[in-house]
Amino acid sequence: MAQVSLEGIRKVYPNGFKAVKSTSFTIQDGEFVVLVGPSGCGKSTLLRMIAGLEDITEGTLKIGDRVVNNVDPADRDIAMVFQNYALYPHMTVRKNIGYGLKNRGTPASEIAAKVEDAAKMLNLTEYLDRKPAQLSGGQRQRVAMGRAVVRDPALFLFDEPLSNLDAKLRNQMRIEIKALQRRLGTTAVYVTHDQVEAMTMADRIIVLNAGQIEQIGTPTEIYHNPASTFVASFMGAPPMNLIEAEVADQQVRINGYDGLMPAPGSYAGPVTMGIRPEDVELDEQGSVTFRVDILEELGAHRLLHGAIADQPFTVMVNKDHDVQTGETRVTLKPDALRLFDAETGKVL
Amino acid sequence: MADTTLETPAVTHRPRRIRWETVGDHVVLILGSLLMILPPLLALTTASHDAVTIHREGLQLTIGDDLGKNFHAAMLEKGGFTQTVDGTLMLMNSFILGIGFAVGKIIISMMAAYAIVYFRLRFATLAFWMIFTTLLLPLEVRILPSYEAIQKLGLTNTYTGLIVPLIASATGTFFFRQFFMSVPEELAEAARIDGAGPWKFFIDILVPLSRTMIAAIFIIMFVFGWNQYLWPTLITTDESFFTLVRGIKQIVLSYTDSQIPEHGQALALAIVAMIPPVAIVIFFQNWFVKGLTESDK
Repeated sequence: MAQVSLEGIRKVYPNGFKAVKSTSFTIQDGEFVVLVGPSGCGKSTLLRMIAGLEDITEGTLKIGDRVVNNVDPADRDIAMVFQNYALYPHMTVRKNIGYGLKNRGTPASEIAAKVEDAAKMLNLTEYLDRKPAQLSGGQRQRVAMGRAVVRDPALFLFDEPLSNLDAKLRNQMRIEIKALQRRLGTTAVYVTHDQVEAMTMADRIIVLNAGQIEQIGTPTEIYHNPASTFVASFMGAPPMNLIEAEVADQQVRINGYDGLMPAPGSYAGPVTMGIRPEDVELDEQGSVTFRVDILEELGAHRLLHGAIADQPFTVMVNKDHDVQTGETRVTLKPDALRLFDAETGKVL
Repeated sequence: MADTTLETPAVTHRPRRIRWETVGDHVVLILGSLLMILPPLLALTTASHDAVTIHREGLQLTIGDDLGKNFHAAMLEKGGFTQTVDGTLMLMNSFILGIGFAVGKIIISMMAAYAIVYFRLRFATLAFWMIFTTLLLPLEVRILPSYEAIQKLGLTNTYTGLIVPLIASATGTFFFRQFFMSVPEELAEAARIDGAGPWKFFIDILVPLSRTMIAAIFIIMFVFGWNQYLWPTLITTDESFFTLVRGIKQIVLSYTDSQIPEHGQALALAIVAMIPPVAIVIFFQNWFVKGLTESDK
């Protein structure tokens, strides 16, 4: 178990591409941190630098109290789960799980015991003598987990481990991984592009965009107080509504609309106004006219896609609201309004 | 009770149409097979006659009485200039050349491919293409310098001299390179994290993964090595190093003491020389096809 700290870590590829711009953060001992962002945002590069599979161009990486910039991956006391699992196809599950221990000179009897323990923990006992090709996707995923768990490392690294599974299995494995990490108390860094995974699994989320950290925070913080329009639109399904507006005299006016709402803060000028779809209420006496174009049925909820003053807008209502397409009136919860700088997209 | 069997409608026998394309295909295939099989068959039948008959009447299509005798003599009777070499020794030499050649080629080309694919060498691609261009320089082209080098090293009339100059293989390197490039990169990374160094990764992961590939290349190279003629002829003057392919003519067909050459024995040896490559291809053809077509990952 260990604390991981990154200080001014940068990655520039030989071709000049800046994959990760100067990045600093600290992961607490036992914490489950999720790196999330769109493809090409540098999250995998960051993870691979922590693993030692990628050289660090600049900066200091510490695992525990040790600077590990130039330490071989094998000696960093980490374990990694890969997206395609990277199981050794010619070895049985037993050998796959035990291979790392064998290479470290662990006595055979101890390996056998540890592999049995890990297999029991992951419900793999009956598959120990099979080859990876004879296992289902979920079982392979478990073997990959077993390979990580058995070595009892200081740090788990997950590189989109669930993206090859079907939706149902993904939900199940999400819970299992999280529970396992809790039980073992091992620090974990988890990379994903799936914001649902990030929200459900993380103690803290790090949102990355174009090689830069956009925001670090707990899932609740990230969800309710996004630091930028990027975070607002990336996290949450459906994402936060972002509409162009103008603030004057502590009042917000949506562009192309004449209604006014009280504005949080004392900023004045053009803004991007954000509000979560569930923070909008259908209200006969509401102050804003909302045109509903499409109804999307989600079972427990209904999504109403449409526009306010010709700017696309989505409202989420409970399943027992009876809604028709056409014009309706809504109220935006004042305390749920978030204002972002119209130019930079940063929160105001 | 009515006899229902009588009421079952009689199966109508439609005259089967002769499909001429199929017949044509078969004729071509049969003729082709005959063309391929006839020479060895002729060798076998002729080998069953004594030398005088063959010398006088040429190739024989009938089975004679001397088959056993000829094979026995070919394999066990000492012959040649020095009267020290027999078929068994030449067979052994052929195996040493074939196996040494194939194993050597596999080891060298696998390691070359490993270096090219997995290590960040500055000029890896250049190195690969340089190896590849040696395909344009087969032994026949560089035979004089090769002979010179081996002779200066004092390796004439040794197994080393026989095998080593033939070992470097662009084809093998190419096949293994293609195969290694299709192995997922994460496998190497997982092994690194699992504490396997380059050597362990090679032995524990890559070699077992390449099994079918190795088998396929072994077959090709064994047959290729077995059939070498020019190089062994140059490099071995000591008859105890003669291989079958080279020895048949030298040992058995030499006109010594104005005798009739032992045609029967020579043909018997020719049959013996054919068996191992054919057997290997027949027994391992599954591996062969697998190795070249599918990858077991």
